[in-house]
Amino acid sequence: MARDTNPRLQKIKHLLQYTGLSVVILALWQALFHLGYIKPIILPPPSQVAVTFWDLLKSGAMTRHIGISVLRVLEGFGIAAILGLTLGIAIGLSRTLDRLTDLIIQVIKPIPPIAWIPLAILWFGIGEKSKVYIIFLGAFFPIIINTIDGIRQTDQKFVEVARILEVPRLRFVRQVVIPGALPAIMTGIRVGLMVAWMCVVAAELIAASSGVGYLIMDARQLSQSDVVIVGMITIGVIGKLMDSLIKRLEKRLISWKAAFAGD
Amino acid sequence: MCAHLSHQSNLVIEGLHKSFPTRDSEVVALKEINLTIGEGEFVAIVGASGCGKSTLLRIVAGLENGYDGAVSLGNRPIAGPGLDRGMVFQEHRLLPWLTVEENVAFGLNGRANGERERIVREHLALVGLSDFAKAHPHQLSGGMAQRVAIARSLVNQPGLLLLDEPFGALDALTRIQMQQEILRIWEAERTTMVLVTHDIDEALYLGDRVVVMSSRPGTVKRIIHVSLPRPRDRSSYEFVQLRKEIYAEFFSEAEKPFAYAI
Repeated sequence: MARDTNPRLQKIKHLLQYTGLSVVILALWQALFHLGYIKPIILPPPSQVAVTFWDLLKSGAMTRHIGISVLRVLEGFGIAAILGLTLGIAIGLSRTLDRLTDLIIQVIKPIPPIAWIPLAILWFGIGEKSKVYIIFLGAFFPIIINTIDGIRQTDQKFVEVARILEVPRLRFVRQVVIPGALPAIMTGIRVGLMVAWMCVVAAELIAASSGVGYLIMDARQLSQSDVVIVGMITIGVIGKLMDSLIKRLEKRLISWKAAFAGD
Repeated sequence: MCAHLSHQSNLVIEGLHKSFPTRDSEVVALKEINLTIGEGEFVAIVGASGCGKSTLLRIVAGLENGYDGAVSLGNRPIAGPGLDRGMVFQEHRLLPWLTVEENVAFGLNGRANGERERIVREHLALVGLSDFAKAHPHQLSGGMAQRVAIARSLVNQPGLLLLDEPFGALDALTRIQMQQEILRIWEAERTTMVLVTHDIDEALYLGDRVVVMSSRPGTVKRIIHVSLPRPRDRSSYEFVQLRKEIYAEFFSEAEKPFAYAI
């Protein structure tokens, strides 16, 4: 069977496949509203959400909310990345350090960041610090756990080669361990950034007066379901953009790895 | 060869015994191995899978601990890996994130930049891959990758090169090419070589001596001196006779396969 190999047509076909499902869902959602199956107060139609989004954008409120949320996330994520990578590499390389820290990491890890809010307020007040702390907690564990795992998965075959060639420890870590762990580390970074961004709503539960999380919580009290949905979709879209950015970085860093891309 | 046997950098294996513990007993991998390999000699060890030939090589490399008997190189007992021994594995084991030249330089410690570059250049030329210095391992064919691994194993100029089924994963034609290649390198560098293989032809084509090992437990069954001049003709009468002899060590009369040549 001859396959269509026109690259332009292929591109259009792939774009349609990529966006098709979202368009169908939006159309269905809009249609259900017009047919009168759902009340706008329960679930406003996409058209109304779009208008609300446009109004918020025009007034400059949306940009301000997004800007402040992104800044908080980058701060919390940045601290988590620095601490998670250094501690992760240190623990990954040292069995003793691993035994010393494993229990505490495993017990604190399952506590959801939202449960930390009371303590965060007591420790850091209701300003920016407590919000950044909540986001930091969300990002820290995926990064440290994946980094430790990545380092532990260092290929024994390369260890043997390094032993035979008497490669010094520091160079061994730099040329064998860390590059080998990079795919896992990048996964940790990606998941960490994602969780950090998801934590923005929880963080902005703390006496915030701006941010996308605040926008949602504020609209909730005023029963503005369209604004709630605008906030939710904004979080979703920005999260997707961040992920794409990291994926691109990952591809550049791990160009030697030919990953299975699916059929 | 006898003149070499008294030399200082002989590899001497005496009464070597190695077993691996299993859940409720232990498996004897090597039993009562005695072998002396002279400087500059090319010895091929041939045996079936699981006869312990790789374990023997790994002990010489210093990668295995916990054995009985004595293994010494140049009168010094082997107590771990060292730069006096190089090793090439069945898989090339090149670091995929480093270029070919970085992989070759991987084994060079504490040299000045200029010297390092010179050594890498020379060794890439030795294996005929000067044009691929900047390539990454995934861009190379299996045979090329194995050449890079050979270059990497030689940068510290080890007196002894251990080859653990280095061509086992290559196709038949590339394998023959690589056999000629390793012979050329051996003649150029005069490194002592110990090759482990399950390919009888390969052992006969390369070795000054062919050590035939039996399986479970791994013992030295027979040592055959191959005095044919190199390059050897795989279809010559003498070569075929020797091959028959080694086959006879592995198979009973009835199932002796007919002689073939590629």
